[in-house]
Amino acid sequence: MSVNLTTQGPSSRTTGPEPAFNASRLHHRRRPGEAAILIVLRGAALLSVMVTVGIIAALVLPAVEFFREISFGDFLTGTRWAPTFADQSFGVVPLVLGTLWTTVIGLCVAVPFGLGAAVFLSEYASPRLRKWLKPILELLAGVPSVVYGFFALQFVTPYFLRDFLGMEIQPYNVLAAGIVLGVMIIPTIASLSEDALSAVPNALRDGSLAIGANRMQTTLRVVFPAALSGIAAAVVLGISRAVGETMIVALAAGTQARMITDPTKGAQTMTGFIAQAATGENPVGSLEYNTLFAVGLLLFVITLVINMISIALVRRIREAY
Amino acid sequence: MTTLDTNRPDTSGDGRGPIRSTPRSLTGRSHDKSAPSLLFLVILWSSLAFGLIFLVVLIGVTFVDGLSRLDGALFTNYTSAFPERAGARAALLGSVMVVSLTAVMTIPLGVAAAIYLEEFAEKDKWYNRLIELNLQNLAAVPAIIYGILTLAFLSLLGVFRTNIVIGGAMALGLLILPVIIITTREAIRAVPGELRDGSLALGATRWQTVWKQILPSAVPGIATGTILAISRAIGEAAPLLLLGALVVVTYDPNGLMSGFTTMPIQIFNWAGLPQAGFHHLASAAIIVLLGMILTLNGLAIHIRNRFSHRW
Repeated sequence: MSVNLTTQGPSSRTTGPEPAFNASRLHHRRRPGEAAILIVLRGAALLSVMVTVGIIAALVLPAVEFFREISFGDFLTGTRWAPTFADQSFGVVPLVLGTLWTTVIGLCVAVPFGLGAAVFLSEYASPRLRKWLKPILELLAGVPSVVYGFFALQFVTPYFLRDFLGMEIQPYNVLAAGIVLGVMIIPTIASLSEDALSAVPNALRDGSLAIGANRMQTTLRVVFPAALSGIAAAVVLGISRAVGETMIVALAAGTQARMITDPTKGAQTMTGFIAQAATGENPVGSLEYNTLFAVGLLLFVITLVINMISIALVRRIREAY
Repeated sequence: MTTLDTNRPDTSGDGRGPIRSTPRSLTGRSHDKSAPSLLFLVILWSSLAFGLIFLVVLIGVTFVDGLSRLDGALFTNYTSAFPERAGARAALLGSVMVVSLTAVMTIPLGVAAAIYLEEFAEKDKWYNRLIELNLQNLAAVPAIIYGILTLAFLSLLGVFRTNIVIGGAMALGLLILPVIIITTREAIRAVPGELRDGSLALGATRWQTVWKQILPSAVPGIATGTILAISRAIGEAAPLLLLGALVVVTYDPNGLMSGFTTMPIQIFNWAGLPQAGFHHLASAAIIVLLGMILTLNGLAIHIRNRFSHRW
């Protein structure tokens, strides 16, 4: 077994840019099967690119059909979303605002709690405690979103918000949906932020402690700023999760596409509309069917931009240390 | 407080690459008792406690709500218009079938792609960097988009009854493929370079090195990541909604082209019905679903703690 072949000393293989071994010099011995295996492996890797191309094609082609009938400007700036009414209207602004409501409420929950948990795990918890707490916290990310949605609808709205806090609240509302959405993304933010905090070299902590700062000052003024771009990447990825989450909002946020100014009311999100439209009977190629792809394309573009920002931020910390 | 902790292992080691250091000097006991510091610690504690309490309440409430329906009928009956007679048999079988097929289709592909990217690809070539960037993006694409992709792909093939087992497995497979590739790459990357160098120095080819040395060493890491991906697939409903899985299924799925429903879809369906009896049923089904997912998560954590090597 290979396990017995370990050498001593620290791992020489890190995430650095150098390849494991110099590939070009190892071609002395060839076996007939190797080239074939390499082709199969490369094909598997290329499949991921094909998936992306497929996603874009699958979204763009029906969306183009859609924009032949509905002008692009009307879609993006229209404030009335009523694709199934006799008096049809395809202004996507209400759906985008619905998504904005649930996302912002979710972030209000996830950012403070997620960062607090990350700072505790990285800076204060002993390794033993961390070994226990981290998997338990990550279970929050393992709970299916349909379960969160059910919990928001059946417990958070009627018992917590209405009975306990005494709020006047509709059965379907963006507040409950946003809160549980926030809980769902706590582990995303906590886990990635903790990685960023742990990656800050100990020399910085020791230096700060040596000149007399206490642990809180060290954490807040030295470690936290040093890890800021990694923490920002974590938050941005959390935003992307929140924007794309479907089942919670489909169950708890309501199915009325409307512009609300009060989070105790219900509003449909982009993903909520896609889920609702998908369960209806729309013939392939009809305007209603293509609407689903137009909203899907918008959702994809929004999350793509957010993801690229997150990836760029992560690259920056890699360069820093 | 003490800052000079001589026992701290020098994780910076040879000074190569990024350092993942653990602040050993900052263990659980604080000698700093000033009021702001204590308040800060209390805030940190409570933010962690919030998530944990939420999880406990969620599981507790669901358990109390669903206990009355956690009976044999839940497993043996098909769903019905009457909550007292309804069960999740078709959904359970559907979940097991779709997710097994997902695993069979996705794991070999994901591991193969990860091997290529870690061991064979020349990392500074533009196309390999493109694949890299693309993978990071795919991992964060909303689940529902994979449903749209699968829907479009199936209608391209001329399949218009899209609520079929193979379609569901494809949608879930596309969803977890990037996750499997990324976690497998991390597992492979954690195998030390000496192992490769030793194998190659003894005359093994690159593929022999991968197959006989690197993969066996990376198996615990690959298994952990794969199990977590599978448990994500079990709980995912959004892409299946797009395929039209929100239908009443009162038969066992029996083949690749068979219609199906899954546990999360069945829960979604029951949750949306007005009768309270269906909500208890949904809670009971959630207990079963959470049981499956927690078991898989526990297994993954066990493998990670028990079998992971310290190189």
